[in-house]
Amino acid sequence: MRLLTARDRVVLGLMIGVPALFVLAIVWLPTLGTILLSFTSWNGIGGLDRIEVVGLRNYENIITNYPPFDIAVRNNLLWLGVFFLVATPLGMFMAVLLDRELRGSWFYRSALYLPVVLSLALAGFIWQLQYSRDQGLINAVLGLEGAERIDWYGDPSINIWAVLVAASWRHVGYIMLLYLAGLKAVDPALREAAQVDGASEARTFFSVVFPTMAPINIVVLVITVIESLRAFDLVWVVNRGRNGLEVLGALVLANLTGEASLVGFGSAIATLLIVISVVFIVVYLGTILREERK
Amino acid sequence: MAQRLASPSLSGFARRSSGLVVPRRAVLAGAGAAGAMGVLAACGGDEESSGSASGGAAASGSTSLGSNRGDEVPRAAEDEMIAAFEEESGITVETNVVDNESFQESINSYLQGNPQDVFTWFAGFRARFFDDQGFIGDISDVWEDIGSGFTDAFREASSNGDRQIFVPLYNYPWAVFYRKSVFEENGWAIPETLDDFVALCEEIQGAGLTPVALGDQDGWPAMGTFDILNMRINGYDYHIDLMAGNQDWDSGEVRAVFEQWAELLPYHQADPNGRTWQDAAASLVQGESAMYVLGMFVGEQFPEEEREDLDFFTFPEIDPEIGSGALDAPIDGYMMTANPENEEAAKEFLRFLGSAQAGEIFVASSPNSIAAHSDADTSGYNSLQQKAVDLISNADGIAQFLDRDTRPDFASTIVIPTLQNFLNDPSDIDTVLADLQAGKERLFVDQG
Repeated sequence: MRLLTARDRVVLGLMIGVPALFVLAIVWLPTLGTILLSFTSWNGIGGLDRIEVVGLRNYENIITNYPPFDIAVRNNLLWLGVFFLVATPLGMFMAVLLDRELRGSWFYRSALYLPVVLSLALAGFIWQLQYSRDQGLINAVLGLEGAERIDWYGDPSINIWAVLVAASWRHVGYIMLLYLAGLKAVDPALREAAQVDGASEARTFFSVVFPTMAPINIVVLVITVIESLRAFDLVWVVNRGRNGLEVLGALVLANLTGEASLVGFGSAIATLLIVISVVFIVVYLGTILREERK
Repeated sequence: MAQRLASPSLSGFARRSSGLVVPRRAVLAGAGAAGAMGVLAACGGDEESSGSASGGAAASGSTSLGSNRGDEVPRAAEDEMIAAFEEESGITVETNVVDNESFQESINSYLQGNPQDVFTWFAGFRARFFDDQGFIGDISDVWEDIGSGFTDAFREASSNGDRQIFVPLYNYPWAVFYRKSVFEENGWAIPETLDDFVALCEEIQGAGLTPVALGDQDGWPAMGTFDILNMRINGYDYHIDLMAGNQDWDSGEVRAVFEQWAELLPYHQADPNGRTWQDAAASLVQGESAMYVLGMFVGEQFPEEEREDLDFFTFPEIDPEIGSGALDAPIDGYMMTANPENEEAAKEFLRFLGSAQAGEIFVASSPNSIAAHSDADTSGYNSLQQKAVDLISNADGIAQFLDRDTRPDFASTIVIPTLQNFLNDPSDIDTVLADLQAGKERLFVDQG
C-alpha cells in the first residue's frame, strides 16, 4: 500500500467500494429483510403497521406441521449428490474428450451445450414429450400399454429421478464448457514433458493436468453446490414442485408469490435455505484460506 | 386456477391503449371535476335495464382497465367490448394487458401499487378477500342500474355483505362431460343416482373404456371432483361453510366425501398426478375415456367439427335428501379499485360491462362460456351453451370452485398437495384429513 499514490488509493477505494455498496444494497439488505420477515405473519398486504411479530412460530410450523419441508431437504441433498457424483464428473469427462480436437468436435460441443441455452419453457416441453405417461416417447419405446405404463412425472417415488436426468442434461453441458475453457489454458509443455517421461494418458491427466486446474476445479465445485441448492426451475415447470418434486426453492416461491402470499412463512423457509447455503460457504472459504496459508 | 392457464406469452406485459392517452395530471384534474359534477348530476338510472349504459352525462374523459385476457380470442372480444363502450359513451379506456397467469401471481402487489381503475377478477371469496383488505371500490350504485339484469345468485356472488363489489361478465358450469356418439353406440343412459353411475362405470369398463378421465398434474382439476362430491353428500351450505373455514376438515362429513371418492377412484384413469388436464381431455376426445368431470372449457380441446358431439349432465344425486341441484359455476368479471383516477368514468364503464350487450359480445367469441346477464341474447348459442343456461338457472346453489371459495393460500399450499397425496394413496384417509385440518388451523387461525 505504501507504494500507492493518494490518487491510486481513491481509485482503488472507488473500485472496491462502489461494487461493495451495490452488493450490500442488492443482496445483503434484502437477505436481512427476509430473515426479519421470517419472524412475522405478514401476508404481503399493507405497510409496516400491519406486520405482526410471531417469534419462532413459522419455524415451529415448518418443522412440525409442514410435510413438504422434509421431502424438500431430502430432494435438495439428493440433487447435490447426483450432480456431484454423476453430472459434474461427466461434464469434466466430456470436456477432456473434446479437448483432444477430434474431428467434428464443434458439433459435439454445440450438442452438449445446447441444453444450457435452451429456454426453460422449451426444455420443459421437450421433457414432457419424453416423460408423458400416455403420449410420451419413453413409454412408447418401452412398448408399455395400459396399467403397466410408467408414470414418470406423477409417481412421487420416481419423478425426482426423472427430473434429475433432465437437470443433469443441462448441468453436464454447463460444466463441460467451463472445464473446456480451463483445459485450453493448460500449458501444452506440461503434457509434453509428462509424455516424454513416459506417463500414460490417464496418468498425465490425474498427475499433471488436474492439479494445475485447481482454480477451475474449485469454481466447478462451487457451481455444482450452488446449482443444487437453487434447484427450482425444472420442477416448477413440471408441477410447481409438488407431489414428490418438492425442493426448497420451489417451496419458498409457492408460499411467497401468487395469491398465497404467505410472506412470513415463505421467508422462514428462505431463511433456512440461507442457513444451509452459509454452511457450504463457510466450508468453502475455510478451505480456500487454508490453501492460501500454505 | 380454475381455468385454463394462458400460454406463456413472450412479452408477458403488453401496454396498449385505445385512442388517446391522457397525461396523468390531466386525468386527475378531470377526475376532480367529474367528481364534483357527479355529486350535482343525479344519476338518473330508472331505465329498464335493456343493456344500454345510463347516466352518460356525468362521466367523461378516460378510465383504465387492467386485464388478464392476454390470449388472442378473449383479447379480441374484450377489445370489441371496449370499442363499443367508447363509441357509446365518448369515454376512452386505456388498457394494460398481462397474461392470465402472471396477472394472478402478482395480484397482491398489483393492487397495492398503481392499479388501473377497473380490473379483471373472479367472484366469490376471492373477490371479498381483497375487499376486506380495502383494495376494492364500492359499486353498489352501479348495481342499482344493472342489478335487475342479474339473478339473485349473481348478486350474492358479487356482494360482500351489503356492498356490491363485482360485475359478472360470464360463467360456465362444471359437469360430467361425455361424447353423445359414444353413449349412443353403446346404448348407455344418463345416470340419475350414484347407483346408476356406478353401474354405468362397470358397464363402460366392460366395454374396454376408462369410465372417467382424470388429470391432476397441475393440482387444481381434482378440486372439482372434491367440490361436487361434497355438495352431493353434505349439501351446498355445508360446502360453502367448510370453504369459509367454519367447519373442521377432519370431521365425519369430510371423511365421508373421501371415502366415497376412494370407492369411485378405480373407475378413474390411473396415475392422475402425472397427467395434465389437457391429456385427460385428449382421452375423452379420442374415445378412450367415456366421461370427464371438468369445466365447460373442455370444449376447447375438441376439434371444431366435433364440438356438437360433446354433451354433459350434472353429477348424479348421492343423497335424495340433498338432491343434485348444486354445482360449481365460476364467474369471471370486473371490479373497481379503491381509488380510481376517474371514478365516474370507471363506473360508467362498469355499467356497460354489466349490460346484456357486453355479455353478448364476449360470449360470441367464446363458445365455452355463457353470458351472466339475464337478458343476453341466447339465440346464437350452440346446444351446449343452451344446456348450460338451463342447468345454471335451475341450480339451487352455485359454488365458485374450491380455489375461489376459500383462502387462496389454503387452496394452493395445503389442498393441492393433500389431494395429490390422496390420489397417490386413497387408503390413507386419516393422514389426508389430519393434513387438511392442520393446514386449516395454521392458515385460518394463525394468519387471521
